[in-house]
Amino acid sequence: MNSERVSVPHVLLGLLAAGPRHGYELKRAHDERLPQARPLAYGQVYASLGRLQRDGLVVAAGQEREGGPDRTAYALTDEGRAALNRWLAETELPMPYVSSTLFAKVAVALLVDDVDRTRSYLAAQRQAHTARLRELTAAKTALSASLDDVVAADYAIAHLDADLRWLQTTLDRVADWHREVHS
Amino acid sequence: MTYLQARGVVRSYGPTPALRGVNLDIAEGEVVAVTGPSGGGKSTLLHCLAGILRPDAGEVRWRGERIDTWSEAARSRLRRSTFGVLFQFGQLVAELTAAENVALPLLLAGTGRREARTAALTWLERLGVADLADNRPGEMSGGQQQRCATARALVTEPRVLFADEPTGALDTLTGEQVLTSLVRLAREQGTSVVLVTHEPRIAGYADREVVLRDGVVDHGGLGLETPLAGGRR
Repeated sequence: MNSERVSVPHVLLGLLAAGPRHGYELKRAHDERLPQARPLAYGQVYASLGRLQRDGLVVAAGQEREGGPDRTAYALTDEGRAALNRWLAETELPMPYVSSTLFAKVAVALLVDDVDRTRSYLAAQRQAHTARLRELTAAKTALSASLDDVVAADYAIAHLDADLRWLQTTLDRVADWHREVHS
Repeated sequence: MTYLQARGVVRSYGPTPALRGVNLDIAEGEVVAVTGPSGGGKSTLLHCLAGILRPDAGEVRWRGERIDTWSEAARSRLRRSTFGVLFQFGQLVAELTAAENVALPLLLAGTGRREARTAALTWLERLGVADLADNRPGEMSGGQQQRCATARALVTEPRVLFADEPTGALDTLTGEQVLTSLVRLAREQGTSVVLVTHEPRIAGYADREVVLRDGVVDHGGLGLETPLAGGRR
């Protein structure tokens, strides 16, 4: 599906907008606000914070040492807030390239396989998509689901729904497409 | 336990075949989505399973008993007592209030007026529209009407609910809210649901999806079942 990379530094700047936080608090806030996202590793958080500090977008704002590990809190600078605002104001390019593994695989399958093999690949993918759609629907309709969960599931479901429509249309076009590619 | 069973169901409209030998089992409490392209036979299958239409050939069984050979009156009794039906447009009676609409199936089944009204109010409450009990359909939004229609379809606590594009006329969020309530309430009382839809997103609410294409069950886009009139499994 959508494998677009999210800018972790900008998300961290956003999470610091409400006030200074430690690295581990940032990781927790990230996972809470963006459930179902690719999990963020602590190493990634600290590496990003290091770069943001180097670029003057965050500053260290005090240290706590309660017998535990060294915990540095970071705060947003004015420059950091400006960078965050610029990022938020920037419209995302809607699908600048049609680049998806799913699409590429189908196109390649058509080159190397016959119509039936391509169709069975599409059908298997359709099944996997449907299973995931069912899983996400169950998660978002559970009585315990928070609005964070629902909105995250909505996003994934809308994309799976679009993929499924594409898979179905392509299943219907495979024979014609194959003829064209091999003519 | 198998509730509904279709075996080799064939149905045509004049010279046009809509179903060309459909086999399908629906278990107690199962939510099954029937999907596929327009004209694939989805609605015709639903009508045959619900005993509204009679197949030209093949069998439809309810808990093992053949119902396609029953008289119209007997099938109508079965529909009233055991099945619930919900269409894209609620089809509420315009002159009746929401509560009266929901009470209607119970009144037709011989339930007393007071008892029917109490049950109707309970179901309107479950669908989140209790405050509209005395409104007529013309005074309600599409989503509110569809909630009332859902309450009416479930008020008899049917064993099977047949829903044909129940959210087709609603916006995404409203449709989703109606469907979430519908599926949750059906599951709570062990009602099976046959959900006809052309939207993948809606099929996500079901336990299982059956794709109908050109009048037969399409097994994952490959190996279309050979159309035939016999009762092959």
